[in-house]
Amino acid sequence: MEPASTNRSPASNIETASGDEDSLALFQVRGISKRFGPTRALVDVSLSVQVGEVLALIGENGAGKSTLLKTLSGAHFADAGEMFIGGQSYRPKGPSDARQRGVAMIYQELNLAPDLSVEDNILLGQKGTGGGLLMRSRQRDVVRQALDSVGLEHLDPQSVVGDQSVATQQLIEIARALAANAKIILFDEPTSSLPQKDVARLFEIVRGLQASGIGIIYISHFLEEVREVADTYSVLRDGHNVGCGRIDEISDDQIVSLMVGRDVNDLYPHVPHTPGLAWVQAEGIMGTPYPQNVSLSLRRGEIFGIAGLVGAGRTELVRSLFALDHLDAGIVTVDGTIVPHKVRARMNAGFGLLSENRKTEGLAQDLSLTENITMGSLENYTELGLINLVKRQRVASDLMTKMEVKAHSSSQLVSELSGGNQQKVAIARILHQQAEILLMDEPTKGIDVGTKAEIYRIMGTLAAEGKTIVFVSSYLPELLSVCDRIGVMNRGELREVRDVADWTEETVMATAIAIDDTTNEE
Amino acid sequence: MADANPNWIKRLFTSQLGPVFALVVIVVFFSIAESILASGVFTSTRNLRVIMSSAALIAVPALGMTIIIIAAGIDLSAGTTLTLCGTVFALQLQNSPVPASDPAFVGTMLWALLLTVLTGCACGFLNGLLISATRVVPFIVTLGTMTIFLGIGQIIAGESTVYAPKENIPQWLSLCFTGSQPDKYLIPGVLIPTSVIIAVVLAIAVGLLLRYTVFGRNVFAIGSSESTARLCGINVPVMTVAVYTLAGFFVAIGGLLYFADVKNGNPTDGTGKELEIIAAVVLGGGSLTGGRGSILGTIVGALIITVIRNGCTLLSIPNTYTHIIIGCIIIAAVIVDQLRHGSPEWFFRLLPAREGR
Repeated sequence: MEPASTNRSPASNIETASGDEDSLALFQVRGISKRFGPTRALVDVSLSVQVGEVLALIGENGAGKSTLLKTLSGAHFADAGEMFIGGQSYRPKGPSDARQRGVAMIYQELNLAPDLSVEDNILLGQKGTGGGLLMRSRQRDVVRQALDSVGLEHLDPQSVVGDQSVATQQLIEIARALAANAKIILFDEPTSSLPQKDVARLFEIVRGLQASGIGIIYISHFLEEVREVADTYSVLRDGHNVGCGRIDEISDDQIVSLMVGRDVNDLYPHVPHTPGLAWVQAEGIMGTPYPQNVSLSLRRGEIFGIAGLVGAGRTELVRSLFALDHLDAGIVTVDGTIVPHKVRARMNAGFGLLSENRKTEGLAQDLSLTENITMGSLENYTELGLINLVKRQRVASDLMTKMEVKAHSSSQLVSELSGGNQQKVAIARILHQQAEILLMDEPTKGIDVGTKAEIYRIMGTLAAEGKTIVFVSSYLPELLSVCDRIGVMNRGELREVRDVADWTEETVMATAIAIDDTTNEE
Repeated sequence: MADANPNWIKRLFTSQLGPVFALVVIVVFFSIAESILASGVFTSTRNLRVIMSSAALIAVPALGMTIIIIAAGIDLSAGTTLTLCGTVFALQLQNSPVPASDPAFVGTMLWALLLTVLTGCACGFLNGLLISATRVVPFIVTLGTMTIFLGIGQIIAGESTVYAPKENIPQWLSLCFTGSQPDKYLIPGVLIPTSVIIAVVLAIAVGLLLRYTVFGRNVFAIGSSESTARLCGINVPVMTVAVYTLAGFFVAIGGLLYFADVKNGNPTDGTGKELEIIAAVVLGGGSLTGGRGSILGTIVGALIITVIRNGCTLLSIPNTYTHIIIGCIIIAAVIVDQLRHGSPEWFFRLLPAREGR
């Protein structure tokens, strides 16, 4: 399971003539600039990728990483600068042109047609047709070969893509890139939606791609991951290239300070708080298929972490505490009073939910910050049935200031903000709801290091005010650093709850992947 | 990304006044064209009154449609509901035991008005209930109820047009429409057609409702992102039923105005009206994906359709060509509206290069 650390890439062997890197570069980018209206998204960015090399592109949200990859893959046009593939000038007219030149991009939100078969997806956009007709038999071999090389030997090319897991779909997308003879593959946060075991598999595939001489540019927020997979790094900050080199010659702290432009001596700021008495009880919560008979009790002023693999039922648990999903059985009491299984009732009892899907569920992207912050709780502003817009605006602005949301004004659209700022707006709404029990589902997902630290600080401050926080996360270091207690979920059950001091990363993982005795026979 | 638009494009289209600008251009165009090519009556106050009262017929039901479209819904049954309401009203007047001159007629009239409004609301309620209970998309649900309401109308009308005898139609009701004759308006001395006054009052009410009430803001919330609205504790099914029921009310009022215009109830008249109503909302900047739309825009949209139709008539352009012109204007309006929001991307890709040269 544990990937061997000795299994380094072949890139280190290739790079012999390090004195003249440019001439060897598979992919060369020089002085790329891109602006959107008044915003300078990229300023004079240069980088190069050698044959069989993995370059990690690092930076905070909004630093320009995705814009850069989109520019490289033809989705955006650079305003200035030049690009070369194998020494030849490369100016893609669009994504399909880029693909033909051998540059493929794997987006975070995958780009597959869910209703089509695996084979059809892999062949989408391929030019290998005879007079408009598909040359099925010849192409079948191409598909088979591509699937084999991403470790999907057992996948039926005729199966429907939508039925596959996210991890498999991602591999199918890589296979599509290979079938199109990609020489350079760009990954935009490929692991953010993958469970741990699939991450390991993905890394193996990436190493395989390296070995076959493909150059890779890889965006990730996880430094551990970057270290494991990348040979070189390039840090972007505010659209500028602020540092690059070999990944093994720089420390995590150095990378982080390059990213944020200042020293981050404390990634996990601790706000002193002492948990009080238990006041929220959940008993026998049962859903279909998850959660499975979960009971827990929460104290005032505590941060309660929920760990577990993706798909272990953590999201289902917090959603059922908020009464968003149907429940088969179970009761929730606050201060001894049973709260009905209705969102309104739960909200009135003090529950607030921060959705894991910030973009689609957490916020209404096309509405203003004020609208989002006050959504669903406008009653306080109505006088004689009409909303006092001025008062509403003022309260929303105050909350924005308190949360340090970076925006022009509270009437700006949410979609114009960076991920981290959007998350702060989502938290501001829960505070606006006067929530006392904050259910936060992956609150730091896809957020840069600097903003993560701010969110931890906010959580600590809220706990110090006596609020209860339920913190769902797949990232163990943050759970272990921020929480007072952690419960580990496994197949819908809350397996074990301990004080944070009694957990280690290893014991949490062991509990999360433990298999029941009954299923242990194989 | 809104930032992708070059500044001048942004300035031209971003303002909410886009539809107003379009209306002004169309009015100026017809004023000039008509004064050169025809008799120059387009700009007469009489013609302006005709335009405004015809626009009111579209605008009133379009108020309800605006709310539905902002909530990311659609109502294809609005047209047949409108004439169903008109037919219900016509039947009540036809069967009135006393003529309009009799003092006892008040009871008949009140009952007829109540029944008409209830019919509109019931149709909307049924739409809303089906949509929230079955989770079938509004397009399909209202496509079905469109023909259902048509059939119901034909049954109660006895498969023909319902004519109310002249003596059973009170004078004031006729005055609710009469567009062109200023001496026949309901409020003497005010030279604005009564139907226009009704439309404006209702429009202001809906405008306030959408902007300043919890209900109105929740409509926007649901239209922008239904799951976010759910997350914020907004009762989406109840809201959906309320939105369609309210829209039914405006359709019923539209039906009354329509009756005041044609003085009969023909259930088949409404077929196709829903598209005109939807077009008014879309021309006014309403987005069928929800979350966007405005009452001012809808009113302007209704005016644009009416002005084009009126202008084409005065220019002696055949009706068939008018259909084509209106169709082109609708598509052009949506394209312009998309430009405002940075789509299609290929268009904006062409721009910076051109600026650079």
